[in-house]
Amino acid sequence: MSVRRLAPAEDQPASFSFTEENERWIEKQIAKYPDGRQASAVIPMLWQAQKQHDGWLPQRAIEAVAARLGMPVIRVLEVATFYTMFNLEPVGRWFIQLCGTVPCHVKGSLDLKQVLLERIGDQQHVTADGNFSWLEVECLGACCNAPMLQINDDYYEDLTPDLLIKLLDDLAAGREVKPGPQNGRHASEPHDAVKTLQDPALFDGSLVGSWRKRFEQQDVKTPDEAKAAGEVVPPKAPEPAPAAAPTPQTEKQAATATGPNDPKPGRPDAGRPEHSAAADAPAQRAKSGEEPVAAAKQADASDASSKEGSETTGEPVPAPQSEKSEEPTPSRPSEGKPAAAADEPEASKAPRGRSKETE
Amino acid sequence: MTKIIVDDVEVDVPADYTLLQACEAAGAEIPRFCFHERLSIAGNCRMCLVELKGAPKPVASCAWGVRDCRPGPNGEPPTVVTKSPMVKKAREGVMEFLLINHPLDCPICDQGGECDLQDQAMAYGVDSSRFHENKRAVPDKYIGPLVKTSMNRCIHCTRCIRFVAEVAGVPDLGATGRGEDMEITTYLERAMGSELQANVADLCPVGALTHKPQAFNGRPWELIKTPSIDVMDAVGSNIRVDARGREVMRVLPRVHEDINEEWISDKTRQHVDGLKLQRLDRPFLRENGRLRPATWAEAFAAIAAKLKGADPKRVGAIAGDLAAVEEMWALRSLMTALGSPNIDCRQDGSVLSPAHGRASYLFNPTIAGIEEADAVLIVGANPRREAAIVNARLRKRWRIGPLPVGVVGERVDLTYDYAYLGAGPESLAQLAKGGEFLDLLKSAERPLILVGAGIAARPDGAAVLAAVASLAAAVGAVTEGWNGLAVLQNAASRVGGLDIGFVPGEGGLAAPAMVEAGALDVLFNLGADEIAISPGAFVIYQGTHGDDGAHRADVILPGAAYTEKSGTYVNTEGRVQQTNRAVFPPGEAREDWAILRALSDVVGHRLPFDSLPALRRELHAAHPHLAALDEIAAGDGRATLDAWAALGGSASSAGFVSPVADFYLTNPIARASRIMAECSALHVTPALEAAE
Amino acid sequence: MALADRDRIFTNVYGLHSPGLEAARKRGAWDGTKFLLDQGIDWIINEMKASGLRGRGGAGFPTGLKWSFMPKEVKDRPHYLVVNGDESEPGTCKDREIMRHDPHLFIEGCMIASFAMRAHACYVYLRGEYIAERIALQKAVDEAYEAKLVGKDNVHGYPFDIYVHHGAGAYICGEETALLESLEGKKGMPRLKPPFPANMGLYGCPTTVNNVESIAVSGTILRRGAGWFAGLGTKNNAGTKLFCVSGHVNKPCNVEEEMGITFRELIDRHCGGMRGGWDNLLCSIPGGSSVPLVPAEQIIDAQMDFDTLRGLQSGLGTAAVIVLDKSTDIVRAIARISYFYKHESCGQCTPCREGTGWMWRVLSRMAEGRAQKREIGMLLEVTKQVEGHTICALGDAAAWPIQGLIRHFRGEIEKRIDQYAGNPHSEPVLMAAE
Repeated sequence: MSVRRLAPAEDQPASFSFTEENERWIEKQIAKYPDGRQASAVIPMLWQAQKQHDGWLPQRAIEAVAARLGMPVIRVLEVATFYTMFNLEPVGRWFIQLCGTVPCHVKGSLDLKQVLLERIGDQQHVTADGNFSWLEVECLGACCNAPMLQINDDYYEDLTPDLLIKLLDDLAAGREVKPGPQNGRHASEPHDAVKTLQDPALFDGSLVGSWRKRFEQQDVKTPDEAKAAGEVVPPKAPEPAPAAAPTPQTEKQAATATGPNDPKPGRPDAGRPEHSAAADAPAQRAKSGEEPVAAAKQADASDASSKEGSETTGEPVPAPQSEKSEEPTPSRPSEGKPAAAADEPEASKAPRGRSKETE
Repeated sequence: MTKIIVDDVEVDVPADYTLLQACEAAGAEIPRFCFHERLSIAGNCRMCLVELKGAPKPVASCAWGVRDCRPGPNGEPPTVVTKSPMVKKAREGVMEFLLINHPLDCPICDQGGECDLQDQAMAYGVDSSRFHENKRAVPDKYIGPLVKTSMNRCIHCTRCIRFVAEVAGVPDLGATGRGEDMEITTYLERAMGSELQANVADLCPVGALTHKPQAFNGRPWELIKTPSIDVMDAVGSNIRVDARGREVMRVLPRVHEDINEEWISDKTRQHVDGLKLQRLDRPFLRENGRLRPATWAEAFAAIAAKLKGADPKRVGAIAGDLAAVEEMWALRSLMTALGSPNIDCRQDGSVLSPAHGRASYLFNPTIAGIEEADAVLIVGANPRREAAIVNARLRKRWRIGPLPVGVVGERVDLTYDYAYLGAGPESLAQLAKGGEFLDLLKSAERPLILVGAGIAARPDGAAVLAAVASLAAAVGAVTEGWNGLAVLQNAASRVGGLDIGFVPGEGGLAAPAMVEAGALDVLFNLGADEIAISPGAFVIYQGTHGDDGAHRADVILPGAAYTEKSGTYVNTEGRVQQTNRAVFPPGEAREDWAILRALSDVVGHRLPFDSLPALRRELHAAHPHLAALDEIAAGDGRATLDAWAALGGSASSAGFVSPVADFYLTNPIARASRIMAECSALHVTPALEAAE
Repeated sequence: MALADRDRIFTNVYGLHSPGLEAARKRGAWDGTKFLLDQGIDWIINEMKASGLRGRGGAGFPTGLKWSFMPKEVKDRPHYLVVNGDESEPGTCKDREIMRHDPHLFIEGCMIASFAMRAHACYVYLRGEYIAERIALQKAVDEAYEAKLVGKDNVHGYPFDIYVHHGAGAYICGEETALLESLEGKKGMPRLKPPFPANMGLYGCPTTVNNVESIAVSGTILRRGAGWFAGLGTKNNAGTKLFCVSGHVNKPCNVEEEMGITFRELIDRHCGGMRGGWDNLLCSIPGGSSVPLVPAEQIIDAQMDFDTLRGLQSGLGTAAVIVLDKSTDIVRAIARISYFYKHESCGQCTPCREGTGWMWRVLSRMAEGRAQKREIGMLLEVTKQVEGHTICALGDAAAWPIQGLIRHFRGEIEKRIDQYAGNPHSEPVLMAAE
């Protein structure tokens, strides 16, 4: 970044004060933080001031924020100059931030930059009509949609020079533009080739609650507790125990209690209790979504039964590494026979890697 | 205590030590830039990296606590290595980074010769540069009249920011921008608003912040360094006077943990140009209404003529704020010999008196003792202006932990929060009746009542002191082992003067009475420039500067400033300290005790000492505590409370006003200083705004 | 093999369905949350530990273990959960999808995590640029308050407030202590550690900072069981992970996959294959810009997990896979990354403040060939002088890409230098970074 300073005096407004609406907004912001910690609101407030003041932050706004938050004005200036989203000089009506970091860089942001240089001029130069100015910024976090840029609040993604020229034309002409990918893509999915997340059961609520089986089968809850929890037959919470300890038991119980044939994929337990008023009739939804893909069910059921059959002998065996769904379509109920893997010591031990957090 | 091994040396250190402290305890030297004992830990320069066995990377020893170290696999103490190749490499690396953007302008840099970067580059750096890019250029900033910036040299250690925010309590400095473009500045390059601001230049480990008044004036190795004591206020800050030839070039702080730690106020530091300006360098005689240069003999003769036949009761002497104990002793002896009871060292008209016991005019809890206080009431003082160092200590205490502070007096920014309890004696009376703050004082184990010397100089001073005494007694400010009554003096000479009884004798006049028209025939003024002397009396002024006192004088005897003589000063705590001669007095000016000794001969009452040691022998015989340098002879606190309580009178309703109206211009030396004048002009108007 | 749809946690990652509460519930969010909370703190933390979930913010620290560092009792200082949504690592764009498309799963995770850490308040710190995402998340939070799922008096019986906070453009605020500083209204400058946030975090109170993804998966993990999650992925690299594939693949996308999927499968299955075929692969930066690149032959069949990539002297980081084909000017690309770190260095500590600019300048010259060959060794040494000597990991992050470049493409740099020396008056190459 380059040295950031306040705009020259001739650009500075003589005064700044928050609108009434923003004052109310500020009060709400400050209320988010504990008493005496109102300085936490400095970034949101500066941001709001910038929004109120045509997209850039004048000196008087910095002073107003300092006064409002009871902060030394130098501290607010530090913040305003540290964070690069605060524009200290006037910007165009449409302020364009072009992502120039590597994922966009290798996908053509240099071409977009050329377009902006030709159409608008140098960075931070405001066009004569006041419409545009632009700035190359660092990664905006939409790398799967590179190259992209941000115009005021919105991201415009999957750009090409032609699309960018059209976008600029549309903006200048006052035509409506649609934020997001400009090539017809919806978001960050593989364009026109979404192969995952196609199972309707994921979205119709039919899987809701199906996970409870593993709890219900492991223990009988006392009625008092059940009442307290607002549930019909909720399982007792397992005692706090070392990570791996309760799970083999659970598994054994699960296996013996339900038998090997039952665990259908995604099949919700019909008797699943409602746990709170807020839950919207999960049992009903569960019923309607009862049927998963039949073939898969078959295959899975046999797979499951063979595994669980061995477990009914009473010897909990550690789950093999491969205990996970291997079919592209959903098939196996993972719930119901989970936790043997947790027995695996590696899973719960600290990894070898040093991490940021521990330095 | 925790054991730790540093370079094969096992040491036992407190667990709250940092590795850096532990290494020093083990005798290993750790280079550092950002770390400073009296500031918060920043850990940003990375110069102090050491190898901690078991840690994958070198750790910043300034920030890593001994208690954060893990013991070895078999329970052996943690091991730190400061001489390994890893450490050497890390230091070289950091040093190289510090130097790549640091200009090679040492030959024109004022820090040269006392530069941490220079020294450490020699010790820990490599001898050549591999950096072939352009160096960073940073515009210099205006941050006030005392500190010159040269921002290319800045290594971003943030000591200055931390000092100003933490010690000075005026968050004026900050670092704007980020990364390699980070810049130290004040808000829009305004001047800093602290009376301790020049300390940042001392703290700066490189030449980025230097003392503006001393810019390009000298090199540290040319200067003769003389340890001394400051007289700009009654704190008695320990200083070092650096002189070249006959000229005092600068004043720097000396560490004294119990007084100024290692800070000094801007006045203490930068009044030095005042030592050269407006100086009285020869005797003067008033003839036909005009002062003319004279010889010593002429001056003495004129005085002798006036004294001859004068009624001793119509002769008096006033000692000013900068007078050392020795000359006051000499003057007192002379006045005694002349038979005059009219002597006073309290030109402000204070009623503080040795008659109430020594504890009645001392800062009894001591400055270091402020840190033990658990509640503070400030009555009629603005410690920030009257004793900036004491105020810094109050702030330090306030930052350590919850400290209720109450103020009766002016409502000013003291750099710490306080409960404002009112303006004057009425509020004081109100406070004594009860309320939240009184309860706080009562519940405190060691309440401190800071009494501004100014309140004793009010017409109703006695009544106010009586009120303070009853309050102090009520809240238990004076107990066994704790005397929380803290009189904050503002004149360097005052405690010494009171100690030797430079106060009116039997039937003698106090200073305000002496200066009234017609009260005296001859008035001897020993450097009292803050008192207006009515026409009439023949005034002998002995002092250093052509200030108000000299203008009113009929005879001027040029004396020596505190840098030009060895003099004893007793600070507000009652601590006895001595200045040392760093340079000779200018022209025909002489040491003050010697002038008085010579004069005594001429007027026929020859004083019984021919040398300073002889004078001191006599002085110490009469007042033994003055022989114990750097010691405090405590007074009897309870006796003081009783004595004050016995004072009568009724208090007025006028609010307390600090006697120090302008921090920068309190004495003739400071008033002669151009730099102090500049600071004063700057702070009279805009600083008030900045201080809010 | 491939991950089954029903083992995917983020079922609306592409936003093809409504992010609203109603739809989120049908997808399983807020399903039995109270039941999970009723199992108790120890159970939750044990499940999280047993699941083997490693933090999704880049460092891969075990999440359950991190949660367990919080004091066991709330004393005079309240506990806080702070969620790190300052997604700024170049290549990374996963949290964005969670926040705008699956916010309720995330908010539920915040509730569970806060409960497990005895926190009654949670701050979600979003990067400032994510304005639409902030609005979407705030909307979901409002919905959750409305439905009394969160709030002082909610149906779960555990008072809990969640606040959305945002930054204003500073990568460094993704570092957890810098984030806390920023949240306190200061410059985002990392703090010295120790003390760690679990002792002295936000406002000096015990605090845990977690990545958005780590938090968002917690509800599903608890519902389906630690064993389910641990059974996915590879040993020590459990579960599923959102991969952000960008760069020169045919169809860049975000996709949730099992840890340990091979690079080739990831690209072939989800990203429409490599642009120009596999022979066209030059290298990949497999974990966001701060990890060293891995050349084609090493990455192509590598398993995408923490440990395998560490073995390749790189890292999984945030699983932001930047794929570079042979059209890439690799020196310039890495110089651009260097510029990024120079731009984002907070300036607090010396090696990073001074070193990032130095490294960028030297590398920029090298991209043109305007350098000496001995400077390559010098540059490498400078990266070593930065690495491991800074307060936070940004110094490492700035050093590693360059080390990776020199390790694998030293010949390319030397070739540039030779070319430039052979034709010193050629037109200067346009600088990438300015």
